[in-house]
Amino acid sequence: MIRPDIFTETATALKNIYDKQLPQLRQLKDWQSKYRVLMTLGKELPAFDSDWHRDEFLVQGCESKAWLLHYQDPVTAQHFWAFDSDARIVKGLIILILAQVNGLTAEEFAKATPELLLTELQLQQNISPSRSNGLLAVLNKIKNGVRSHC
Amino acid sequence: MNFNLPSLRQQFPFFDAHPDWIYLDNAATLHKPQAVLDAMNVFYSQQNSNVHRSAHGLSQQATAAFEAARTTVAQFLNARFSHEIIWTSGTTAGFNQLVFGLMGPVLQFGDRVLISTMEHHANIVPWHIHALPFGVELDVVPMTADHRFDLAVFTELLKLKPKVVSISHISNALGHIQPIADIVRLAKAAGAIVVLDGAQGIVWEQVDVQTLDVDFYLFSGHKLYGPTGIGVLYGKTEYLELLRPLLGGGEMIKTVSFTQSSWNDLPYRLEAGTPNMAGAIGLAAAILWLQQQNLAAFQQHKKNLMQRFYEGCRQIPALELLSGPTTNAGIVALNLKNEHPADLATLLDQQKIAVRAGTHCAMPLFQAINRKGSVRFSFGCYNSFDEIDRTLTALATAVELLAE
Ligand SMILES: Cc1ncc(COP(=O)(O)O)c(C=O)c1O
Repeated sequence: MIRPDIFTETATALKNIYDKQLPQLRQLKDWQSKYRVLMTLGKELPAFDSDWHRDEFLVQGCESKAWLLHYQDPVTAQHFWAFDSDARIVKGLIILILAQVNGLTAEEFAKATPELLLTELQLQQNISPSRSNGLLAVLNKIKNGVRSHC
Repeated sequence: MNFNLPSLRQQFPFFDAHPDWIYLDNAATLHKPQAVLDAMNVFYSQQNSNVHRSAHGLSQQATAAFEAARTTVAQFLNARFSHEIIWTSGTTAGFNQLVFGLMGPVLQFGDRVLISTMEHHANIVPWHIHALPFGVELDVVPMTADHRFDLAVFTELLKLKPKVVSISHISNALGHIQPIADIVRLAKAAGAIVVLDGAQGIVWEQVDVQTLDVDFYLFSGHKLYGPTGIGVLYGKTEYLELLRPLLGGGEMIKTVSFTQSSWNDLPYRLEAGTPNMAGAIGLAAAILWLQQQNLAAFQQHKKNLMQRFYEGCRQIPALELLSGPTTNAGIVALNLKNEHPADLATLLDQQKIAVRAGTHCAMPLFQAINRKGSVRFSFGCYNSFDEIDRTLTALATAVELLAE
């Protein structure tokens, strides 16, 4: 069973990251400092039950493993996610994406370009469809999740 | 060192375009010397015409160049005949033709095939597609505790009388050089047809298919300083004759009516369609270039680079080395304990060190040792000691960042 509070807890954590770590990342100049912050972002998320490390939530196309849970509020039509990955950098990058779009409605989401932030922060020059980099696969899964639920 | 590294490097224009990168992904693909680019350029700008088909003299010139390339490969492998060299688009395509072709004439319901834990997916999945659905069974030689080919278990498994034994010459994931002379001798004594996946082996040492007495040997041009999209399936005439063609079409037939077709002779029977002419000529140029180099010095240089890298790695206790330094073709697979290989590789990428992370098209190997994958450093003849030292510094930086 998916514990429904995972989505509210994740939303709180993502909001905190958006308010605290994101401005900090914008200030940092050298790549080491940025990656230091990026790699700790995962610790801010609520614990992801190992029971949810199931194939149905697994994002295909990653060398590292990523699991994505999605929930749409039936009343407000907002989209929420919970997420885990066994690699720290991919996890941090996805957190930065989700921190921008978590809680948006489909209309709001359609206007969002969350991946631009990664270029702006110079964390990822281009999100290539490379197999070793699961980011694109996760991004597509996030987008498809919204499309199929609007 | 018996060769001049700076002047060798100058022959590879890629490094001019990327002076700030350190390329240690040589097991994935090698860079190309100018001689290869020139040969392909000459082909397209001066020789281009379709081979074997047209009556005109231009086509005959193109055909002559194309068939000369085949002869170059045949001599390089010391094959008995040029027609034993079948052009493919690469090792993967070669395996698909080979496995498909063996089904029926050689392999039937209930027959066994023996591979090893270290095989690349190219020597696993074609068996799944073309052989297993028809009742062929696959047995797997395990690895020893130090990730080597287990000859003792191999000898036992040969008692199951496999019809085909198909093993990598060198493991692409670990770099370990398999005891191919023993493998071929024992397998042939047990009555098997022996296939070697030479994708990594061909660039490491001189391969003489007659001395080795191997029945099939496959490799890709792009891992031998040649272009992509070209590869070789070598086979002994008597076994190539048995293979059913996977691809049908132009060039591979003698006669065609709407009810049946009869097939052409070797090698054309297994080369349907317009071949990769420029690729074949580029690969031959790569071989001719390599024959002018000192192969023994290349090998020694790669060993020295690897030795230097190992010494540096031993200073970083948190590293887990999956490859051993001996009987190794210049490939080192490692992990940082408790960290995902993708993270380590990303931090190296940030420092412009090109390595590969993941399961290296050898998922069963990593399942066998219960690891998520590895970061693989593979050394080429054109790498320098300075690059190794800078890589070790970058590695130490990455390890420190991950340890925080
Ligand atoms: C041992 C081995 N076998 C097969 C292959 C497949 O070669 P290709 O992708 O060129 O067909 C490779 C290359 O990745 C390899 O290293």
